[in-house]
Amino acid sequence: MRLRLVPETTNINFFAARKVTFGASMVLMVLSVVAWAVMGLNFGIDFRGGTTIRTESTQAVDVAQYRDAIAPLELGDVAISEVFDPTFDADQHVAMLRIQAQEGEESAGNEMVASVEAALKGVDESIRFTSVESVGPKVSGELVQSAVLAVLAALGAIMVYIWLRFEWQFSLGAVVALFHDVLLTIGLFALLQIKFDLATIAALLTIVGYSINDTVVIFDRVRENLIKYKKMGLQDVMNLSVNETLSRTVMTSGTTLIALIALLVLGGDVIRGFVFAITWGVIVGTYSSVYVAKNIVLMLGTKRDWTKPSDGPGGTQFSTTDA
Amino acid sequence: MLNISFFNRLVIWLVVAFGLLVAMPNAFYSRVETHNDAVAAMDTGGATPELEADAAMWPGYLPSSLVNLGLDLRGGAHLLGRVRVEEVYADRMKAMWPEVRDALRDARGTIGTIRRVEGPEEQLRIRIQNPDQMAAAMEEVRGLARQVVSLSYPGATDIEVSAEGDVLVVQLSEAERELSDQRTVQQSLEIIRRRVDEVGTREPTIQRQGSDRIIIQVPGIGSAQELKDLIGTTAKLTFNPVVQRVSSPDADATGRTVTLPSADPSEEGVFYVLEETPVVTGEELVDAQPDFDQNGQPAVNFRFNASGARKFGDYTAENVGSPFAIVLDGEVISAPVIRQHIPGGTGIISGSFTVQESSDLAVLLRAGALPAGMDFLQERTIGPELGADSIRAGAIACMVAFAAVLIFMVLSYGLFGLFANIALLINVGLIFGLLSTIGATLTLPGIAGIVLTIGMAVDANVLVFERIREELKTSKGPSRAIALGYEKALSAIIDANITTFITAAILFVLGSGPVRGFSVTLALGIITSVFTAIYVTRLLIVTWFERARPKKIEV
Repeated sequence: MRLRLVPETTNINFFAARKVTFGASMVLMVLSVVAWAVMGLNFGIDFRGGTTIRTESTQAVDVAQYRDAIAPLELGDVAISEVFDPTFDADQHVAMLRIQAQEGEESAGNEMVASVEAALKGVDESIRFTSVESVGPKVSGELVQSAVLAVLAALGAIMVYIWLRFEWQFSLGAVVALFHDVLLTIGLFALLQIKFDLATIAALLTIVGYSINDTVVIFDRVRENLIKYKKMGLQDVMNLSVNETLSRTVMTSGTTLIALIALLVLGGDVIRGFVFAITWGVIVGTYSSVYVAKNIVLMLGTKRDWTKPSDGPGGTQFSTTDA
Repeated sequence: MLNISFFNRLVIWLVVAFGLLVAMPNAFYSRVETHNDAVAAMDTGGATPELEADAAMWPGYLPSSLVNLGLDLRGGAHLLGRVRVEEVYADRMKAMWPEVRDALRDARGTIGTIRRVEGPEEQLRIRIQNPDQMAAAMEEVRGLARQVVSLSYPGATDIEVSAEGDVLVVQLSEAERELSDQRTVQQSLEIIRRRVDEVGTREPTIQRQGSDRIIIQVPGIGSAQELKDLIGTTAKLTFNPVVQRVSSPDADATGRTVTLPSADPSEEGVFYVLEETPVVTGEELVDAQPDFDQNGQPAVNFRFNASGARKFGDYTAENVGSPFAIVLDGEVISAPVIRQHIPGGTGIISGSFTVQESSDLAVLLRAGALPAGMDFLQERTIGPELGADSIRAGAIACMVAFAAVLIFMVLSYGLFGLFANIALLINVGLIFGLLSTIGATLTLPGIAGIVLTIGMAVDANVLVFERIREELKTSKGPSRAIALGYEKALSAIIDANITTFITAAILFVLGSGPVRGFSVTLALGIITSVFTAIYVTRLLIVTWFERARPKKIEV
């Protein structure tokens, strides 16, 4: 007896409510931009410079006491938060301190870290600094730049590849879907004020990679069916293709999510933000390949008959060759 | 499709066997590490019974390369430093002044008297008495220029001479600046490497990044501060003639002099006025060893190269009876009076050292001075406990993810799922094999990359299996269905993986640190998962099919 998450044959009309789904996606994209603009992103020190200190102690963390101890040092903006994690031992109490970049310093003054350590030792003898990280303001600016560049470069490269392998309509559909995924992820990070740092950028690019993977598999089936059913309308071909690949989509997203959720729960707090972004991206990416990418292609239409070069918008010869 | 030649089968199994063999040491991480350390120690320091025993913990004929654990997993310190390359320009100009002065002095008849005026440090500005003779003066100074070898600036010389009214300006040319930056960073890299190696920690990473940056990662070191202390000491040694001994830093003397404090604690508040141009510098030093002076006090014994020895010898011969300052990093260590001519270029630096200080100083002097100071732009310290926690959490998550995916696959695809699982296990083995072979560093995001690969590796198999199911519906017979399933799924597998690979490649090129670590495992995971899905699973299925010859299959 096999486990079947999806019935053997499905005939769901994915485009029945396409105005609603597509509209919802558009609205969510706009809301993401609004959240981003209004609430801003909670940038980590990678992007705005400063120091983060991770403390560990056998005694319970008292954030107010920590704050009082550090206040006399006059370090400007200091954020202190306690970290909870199911993977911690019973007597393991972790806090994160984030201290803004100090005036006129390229990197963290070590006297500063030492003075913070001394101040906190006054509160809690058993406190240890398990990690200290400082980024100078100069580097952080460059990091922002290279991160944005990386995301744009990835989108561009994918667009070219899909264009070569399929047609420009598919390429545009795929990139809009990716853009949608990236934007929605940024929106969620803004909304929940999750720390946005270099690892988040890596996660965004992974989402791009995963989402395109999913989109391409369905596109591939669409391309095949377009040749197979020459007379069928584009919308029906797409519906058929999504239905045919549905079982695979659910299986792959399912296994990936299983793996990611294991990491999310058990992988420790250090990479939680990173894993969270990817998990969210897998969900959004799966949705977008059906409801965004294909809708775009549907709107743009595509060239059907390759024997007549003048039929419909152009594609490339290369696009029909099989790998 | 179902006919795989014997040769192909052999190649597939050989690749798998080789991959798993090179991955194997990672399963015995600490044992292999002890073995490797012992072998390395015996190579440099000779064998001892303990080292022999450690080395015997892992047989020498087995592969012993391990996945390099990143700082976030092992603990250690990371620094990103910028070399102040422009400091070298100032040094060069300072050193050039006597030469320029002599050249212009010879032409005093036409250009009149000359005087150095204040200006930016990387320029030499000289006021000339007869501005109408500027062209002649510039010609004179240009005569001192040397050709530089540079592809981007053919025929360029090392200095640029220009005039601003009655002031002659000398500075390094653009070509020379570029070459100088190159040399400065290269030299800094070399010196940092030597200093870090002297401490003898395992596998430090010292890399150049961009035009003037250096990344230093040292596993196992307690803090970034320690690392900074180790490399940040410039150890710039010079020997300068003493003009005067004074008690205030403001006591100005005439001419080109500097006032430096004494490093000797018994001489607190004492300053020395020294001639700015040193007689000999530490760059001409060829060796330095800890030693004891004639009073039995710790000291450092040094030796100059031929040109340094000659200069030192000449100077001591001409200045018997005058004090002579030994300057280290802007402090006068000692200022002994020259008692006699010192030929042969050896000498001893005595000050109030402890034994430890004298041996530290010898190390610093041997390694040489950093050609320029460094600013630290980024630093990170990760405690070993945090690294251990991260490894533990990552490993548990990996195992749970793995088990869940394995069960899910068998439930969904039965026997074929089992084949996919075997391929998945091989896949993870191959990732570790590749990581060990290319010496990539495994970081925490890298572990996430592996987990994601586990999730995605099944995708190629799922694509094929779903395809086989579809082909079975049109009842073409099992062997035909399997063959068609592979055939038709291939284009989707290739397209999907190439696009993901593109993002991994972009991450690698543009990313740094953790992002890069992640991209490496992701890219390797794509390669191995395509290989295992297309070749290994298929070979398993084909082999099974040939033996069982089922009339009917269920996928």
